[in-house]
Amino acid sequence: MAIDTETARMVARLARIRVEEDALPALAGELSGILDFMEQLNEVDVEGVEPMVSVTPMRLARREDVVTDGDIQDSILKNAPDAREGFFAVPKVVE
Amino acid sequence: MTLNSLTIAEARDLLRKREITAVDLTMACMTAMDAAGELNAFVHATPEIALAQARAADTRLAAGDAPAMCGIPLGIKDLFCTKGVPSQAASNILRGFRPEYESTVTGKLFDAGAVMLGKLNMDEFAMGSSNETSCYGNAVNPWRRDGDETRLTPGGSSGGSASAVAADLCLGATATDTGGSIRQPAAFTGTVGIKPTYGRVSRWGIVAFASSLDQAGPLTRSVRDGAIMLQAMAGHDPRDSTSADLPVPDFEAALTGDIRGRKIGIPREYRMEGMPAEIERLWSDGIGMMRDAGAVIVDISLPHTKYALPVYYVIGPAEASSNLARYDGVRYGHRAVLAQGDGVTELYEKTRAEGFGPEVQRRVMIGTYVLSAGFYDAYYNRARKVRSLIKRDFEAVFAEGIDAILTPATPSAAFGLGEMADADPVRMYLNDVFTVTVNLAGLPGVSVPAGLDRQGLPLGLQLIGRPWDEAGLLNHAHVLERAAGFVSKPAKWW
Repeated sequence: MAIDTETARMVARLARIRVEEDALPALAGELSGILDFMEQLNEVDVEGVEPMVSVTPMRLARREDVVTDGDIQDSILKNAPDAREGFFAVPKVVE
Repeated sequence: MTLNSLTIAEARDLLRKREITAVDLTMACMTAMDAAGELNAFVHATPEIALAQARAADTRLAAGDAPAMCGIPLGIKDLFCTKGVPSQAASNILRGFRPEYESTVTGKLFDAGAVMLGKLNMDEFAMGSSNETSCYGNAVNPWRRDGDETRLTPGGSSGGSASAVAADLCLGATATDTGGSIRQPAAFTGTVGIKPTYGRVSRWGIVAFASSLDQAGPLTRSVRDGAIMLQAMAGHDPRDSTSADLPVPDFEAALTGDIRGRKIGIPREYRMEGMPAEIERLWSDGIGMMRDAGAVIVDISLPHTKYALPVYYVIGPAEASSNLARYDGVRYGHRAVLAQGDGVTELYEKTRAEGFGPEVQRRVMIGTYVLSAGFYDAYYNRARKVRSLIKRDFEAVFAEGIDAILTPATPSAAFGLGEMADADPVRMYLNDVFTVTVNLAGLPGVSVPAGLDRQGLPLGLQLIGRPWDEAGLLNHAHVLERAAGFVSKPAKWW
């Protein structure tokens, strides 16, 4: 399926990656090429086949619902590009 | 022989006999690293940590309390979080990131006394087959074609790991494999790469690419070394919910060299159209070696093989788009400089445009598309159904009594750096054609160097095992390695 410039713009927006207007046609072309490659999957009869959701059949482990970690605010903020007064700082979100 | 050229098994024995020290061994590797800048394999050297760990290892060795990996100098792929040491998945978006914690795998290796020489080059977020998507620039293969100075790729994504091990800069390296990223670089550099069964090795603290496919493993100069190193990496970890709570057998003890009566499957679908004659010959030579060792060769069919790559290139990007959503410029790594009036959306969009390279952007967007409303069923769900069929193909042949499957590891020898620059992305993806089925089915696989092509470059064969049977698989690999008698080393030019 061919992806047009409009769809490429939408995908970039959903992925939160800025793509300049003049780069959209090339991106659309690349994405279309990859999707064409995926079209082969339409040949396969998947009637009645369950989608694979777990690589090895196993029950997810459970643990007691108790605190196992904590009091590491400094560690958590250590790599933040902008941390102030114990918080991550971001541009204003609400007007 | 210089110390840095020892195998892990040799070094372990000499260290335990106190004929060499971990400090001398580490210094020999550091000297080799210093002289190998042109390979661009190591991207962050950690000499202080290495020497401190080596001294501690010598103390343990002197006390007679030394696990097998004690004092063994390793390179660590940049995808592993190492406490206080840059860990940026070869991406600009994680520039400056120094984890406050240690990945389970590196923690286990260090507890066993292993020495970290530094962090190794790779494709950005492990997305690539040539190490050319790295923010550090590509690593270079120590191998060159006969009489030709063209720089070749060490493969990817674990290109730095393969280059460093092949060039004797370290005795072994950690690597990770999502679609072939351990086995293809091993094949390109004449080294041994093991991708364990999904769940055998903890993924905790390894930067995630595609969580249902990612698995860490060792890259070494022999199968025995791989067995020793995997032993120290494997085991249950409650912090990885997909880590298997199963006992880990003694992998080295399994290397008996006896495979008489074992059934080796040869899948007819791997005989691809246009496969180079040299690969075909290598494969039939390998079949002959297994037969000579007493194995029973059985023709088998894995009918959905041709759909593995398209399935992988739906599921891999889908999971990546979700995993990589965390890189938002808020909690760690790069943040774009914003213009007046920019809000949080611009923060995300500009940060991710600046921080992710083109291949990562492409895969995140493909993943976003196949998961988006209206396409989820057509692409993602269909791919997951075909994945079930691929896994079923393997289950069927194992149920018929097949012990291991022998295939080529890659469709070619190492190619030139830059050769694929103008190629369609799909052409690069074809590198994974023989390896990717193994990730989709969660199986263990190993690449073993089995010969040289007519230009003098190494070629590898792949063995695929039953789930959780790394022990049996490595014994088959050990037999193949011995029979192939691959001993060549790249001539030093760097």
